[in-house]
Amino acid sequence: MKQRGTLVVVAAICLGGCATGPWVKPYERGWLADPLMSVSRDPLSDKYLQHVHDVREGARGATVAEGGGCGCN
Amino acid sequence: MRMQLRTLVRALWLALAGLFAAPTRGALLPEDRVDLMYHYYNGGGTRVDGPALLVRKGIGERVSAYASYFVDNVSCASIDVVTTASPFKEKRQEYGGGVDYLYRNSTVGLSVQRSNEPDYVSSTVGATVAHEVFDGLTTISLGYNQSRAEVGKAHTDFSDHANRYQYKLGVSQVVTKSLLMNLNYETILEDGYLQSPYRSARLLGLSVPEVYPRTRDSHAVAFGMIQGLGSSDGQLRSSGYLRYRYFWDTWSIRAQTVELGYGTRLDERWLVEPRLRHYKQSAASFYADDFTTQMVFMARDRELSDFSNNALGVKASYLLFNNRFRLSRAALNFDYEFIRYHYNNFTDVRTGQLYEYKANVFQVFLSGWF
Repeated sequence: MKQRGTLVVVAAICLGGCATGPWVKPYERGWLADPLMSVSRDPLSDKYLQHVHDVREGARGATVAEGGGCGCN
Repeated sequence: MRMQLRTLVRALWLALAGLFAAPTRGALLPEDRVDLMYHYYNGGGTRVDGPALLVRKGIGERVSAYASYFVDNVSCASIDVVTTASPFKEKRQEYGGGVDYLYRNSTVGLSVQRSNEPDYVSSTVGATVAHEVFDGLTTISLGYNQSRAEVGKAHTDFSDHANRYQYKLGVSQVVTKSLLMNLNYETILEDGYLQSPYRSARLLGLSVPEVYPRTRDSHAVAFGMIQGLGSSDGQLRSSGYLRYRYFWDTWSIRAQTVELGYGTRLDERWLVEPRLRHYKQSAASFYADDFTTQMVFMARDRELSDFSNNALGVKASYLLFNNRFRLSRAALNFDYEFIRYHYNNFTDVRTGQLYEYKANVFQVFLSGWF
């Protein structure tokens, strides 16, 4: 019963979140469109640097870019 | 266990795909642009350089297509090569292409890529879906890549293959008008020949063939944030970012990556971005600098050893012009990164000391926006 109550509260919060408007209005998003705020501003350059790191490290994945090849150099 | 994981990942992927049935409006396609680059890497006895090209152009209002070409001219005399084989030169060429289709607040992308080396040829196909919700404040993205590589060995009949399946999930969130955060997860499932046919392990000081497991499952979770910083006149003048990634796999490698960067406009034309990167990892369970007994799996690949590296980089972009030659703007960019690698359990057999080296990475590229 307690679990069901918790579920109802969580669902209400989630649905309430859907009902409200955006907390950052469209006219406030000028900075967000600036290249300085881009996750990957130069895709070719980012892909190259990621390739440089990937072929020399054991870890990979969850990055903004990716490369190919055997990486055996 | 492996099948269960794959089934679980696929089920999760499909379940999240259900989110994309929600009402949509207003996403954007990537910018139309062209980049022409020369890149150069020199470190640890290896020199790699070559050109690269990326062209992306919209077709109508809903489709954006891109094509890329990348060349690595490799001149290799790395420690692996000089201690067990002869220095060599080779060329790698990579061709890529893709299409993105925009429908209301969703973007669907398809991509292909092929990489050719004399002894390694891989082909990759991929699909991505990105969807904006909450009036564009949240973007959820899913991705899947599948690749197959044919592995050979120069001057021999050796031939084998490797398969790779990548599943990606990402969430990007606008937190405030000057703060963006994102969270990404990626799992990579591999099977087949996952080692180099050239490298060897050491057993009591003698060279013996390396043997790797034929499967590897890896996972990475990354968190990032970008904070915009304004000047007194309310304009965005600079931004700072922080990224952290944790990686783990079934070969017992654990790795952490931290990146910190800062970008600022010096004036109307110059944009400068210094950055720092730190990486460290633990060794694979079947790695040893020098085995004392024969094992089922044996590796002495320094990329599977316990090591760390630190990198210091800077990118500088110079705005060449606006609205000329059918381009809305063009920029000349320079990027330099200095990396220092330090290995905790990989001996340079030439000196008997733990191995370390420095690398210089340089790019110069011209970017034009249509």
